[in-house]
Amino acid sequence: MLQIKARIISNKRCKGNYRHCIVNAKSLAKASNPGQFLNIRVSDGLKPFLRRPFSVHNINGSNLEILYEVAGEGTKLLADKNPGEYLDIIGPLGHGFDCRQEANRQTILIGGGIGIAPLLFLSRKIKSKNKIALIGARTKSQVLCEKEFRSLGCDVKIATDDGSAGFKGRVTALLKKVLQANRPTGQQVTIYACGPRSMLKAVCSIAMQNNIPAQVSLEEHMSCGIGACLGCVIKTRKGLERVCKEGPVFNREDLTWGKNEN
Amino acid sequence: MKINLSVKIGKIKLKNPVMTASGTFGYAEEFNDFINLKRLGAIVTKTVTLKPHIGNLPARTCETPSGMLNSIGLENPGLEVFLKSKLPFLKKLNIPVIMSIASIGSPEEFIELAKRLNKVSAVDALELNISCPNIIGEKTLISQECEATYKTVSSVRKATNKTLITKLSPNVTCISDIAKAAQSAGSDAIALINTLSGMSIDIEKRAPKLKAVTGGLSGPAIRPVALKMVWEAYNNIKIPIIGMGGIMDTPSALEFLIAGATAISIGTANFINPKATIEIIDGLSEYLKRKKIKSAEELTGSLSHEK
Repeated sequence: MLQIKARIISNKRCKGNYRHCIVNAKSLAKASNPGQFLNIRVSDGLKPFLRRPFSVHNINGSNLEILYEVAGEGTKLLADKNPGEYLDIIGPLGHGFDCRQEANRQTILIGGGIGIAPLLFLSRKIKSKNKIALIGARTKSQVLCEKEFRSLGCDVKIATDDGSAGFKGRVTALLKKVLQANRPTGQQVTIYACGPRSMLKAVCSIAMQNNIPAQVSLEEHMSCGIGACLGCVIKTRKGLERVCKEGPVFNREDLTWGKNEN
Repeated sequence: MKINLSVKIGKIKLKNPVMTASGTFGYAEEFNDFINLKRLGAIVTKTVTLKPHIGNLPARTCETPSGMLNSIGLENPGLEVFLKSKLPFLKKLNIPVIMSIASIGSPEEFIELAKRLNKVSAVDALELNISCPNIIGEKTLISQECEATYKTVSSVRKATNKTLITKLSPNVTCISDIAKAAQSAGSDAIALINTLSGMSIDIEKRAPKLKAVTGGLSGPAIRPVALKMVWEAYNNIKIPIIGMGGIMDTPSALEFLIAGATAISIGTANFINPKATIEIIDGLSEYLKRKKIKSAEELTGSLSHEK
C-alpha cells in the first residue's frame, strides 16, 4: 500500500455522466492488479470528509486510469479537477481478481453500468484467447468501453434496458442466453463480474445453476479502505469480511446475499 | 534549542505526546506501509474483549458533515488471538503498547482481563473502555454513572499493577464528576472523549443509515465539545488527561494540549490521512521551537484567560 500525490494528466467526460481520468503514478501503476482499488481524497477540506474508492480501470506505462460516474458530492468534486492538479491517492488496495487461469479457458466478463470499470484492466491481464465481454447499460449512449474490449480481442455483446443497442433487457438475461448457446461447463469457463448489487446477485445465481465459477467485485461505503476501521464488512460464509481487505472481489460460493448485508 | 517532547502517563514514559485512538488504528500493522510506527508516542489498540466478538451488522459507518458515525460494536478476535497473533508485532515496535479492553455483559470480564494481562510484559498499560456507545441492549454506559465508574475502575485497579487509563464518554451531564470518580478509584489517567451518540437518515429510503440506527460520532464535528470537556476535566482533577476528538492536524492537537491534555490521540484522521500522527509529531516540535518553549509538558493547561 502506498500513499502518493499523483498528477492529473487528463480528466474528461466520456459518455453521459461517466468520466475518464488519467493520473501519472508510476509506483501505483506498477503495483496494481485487476480488481484492486484506490482510495482518493477528492478535497483538501472537510467536505466530503472521507476518501472515495475507485477501481483501477487501466494501466498504461506509468499512467493509471480511472473510469467513474458522477453520482454524488465526491465524484462531482473529482470531475472539477483539472490536468496539472494533484490527487492524494492510497493504493493499490484490497484483494482483486484471481486471473491465473490456463490460456485455453473461456472467460466471460460481465459489467453493468460503471461496473465495467475494473474489467478492462482485467481483460488485458487474462491470457485466454476466448474472451466474451458482456456490457450492460441503460441506453446506447451510455455503453462503456465497447471499442476497448474489441481491441483486446474480446467478443463483445451489449445489453441495454431500452434496446437501443444490442440485446434488449438486463445484461444478466444476455448472460443466460450466451451460456445456453455455448453450454460451457465449470471446467471450461470463468465468469468475472462487477456492477450493481442486484446484477451481481443474479450473476451468482446463474453461475451456480450452471456450476460455473464466478468472481464478483462488490462496492461498499468505506471509511479507511485499509482494513482498520471494520466499517465495510459484509456477511459471507466465512463470517463477517471486510470489502476493503478480503474483497472487493469475492468468489460466488462465499457470498450469502443475506438480508442483513450491504 | 533542544525540544523535549516526552511526557509521562502513570508509569509509562512517552517520547512524544502523540498516540493513536482505539478503534481507528487496528492493531497497528494496518499502518505499517504508511508510517514509521516506532516514532509514535504510544499505540492504543482496538478494544479487545475476553472472548471473540462479532460486533454489529452492517451498515456500520456513514459519513456526516465534518465527521462520521460508526456502530462497529467492538468487533475483535478476543484475548487469546490478540496475544498470539497481534501482540508480537506490537512488541517489536519497542514503543509503549496501551491495550484497550472492554467487557461485554458482565463487568467481571474487566477484572479477568486485567488479571491475565498483568503478567503480559509486552502490554504497558490498560485503557478501560467503559464508554463504547455501540453495545446493543446496553442502555447505560458504565462511564455515564459516577458510582459504576468508581466501582469498575477500583476493581480493575486491584487486579493490575499496570498503568490504568479510563476512557470516558461525552454523553454525560457533568464530565468532571465522572473524571473525579475515575481518579479517586485509582485511575492513573483519563482519556476523553469517546464518540458522541448520533444518527443519520437516508431520506429516500426513510431508513437509518446505520443498521444499528444510532452510532458514535467522531471527527472535527465533535472537536469543540471534546476540547471543552478536556478543559473542564483539567480544572477538576490532578491525573493526566489524554485528549482526543476530531484532531486532524498540528493546530487542533495544540488546542487540546493548551486546554489541559498531557497527551493526545489521533483517531478518525488516520482514515483520511494515514500519516497524520507523524505530521503532528513534527508539527509540535516546530511549534515549540517557534514559541521558544522547551518542553511539551509546559504546554499542558497553558491556556491564558482572565477570570
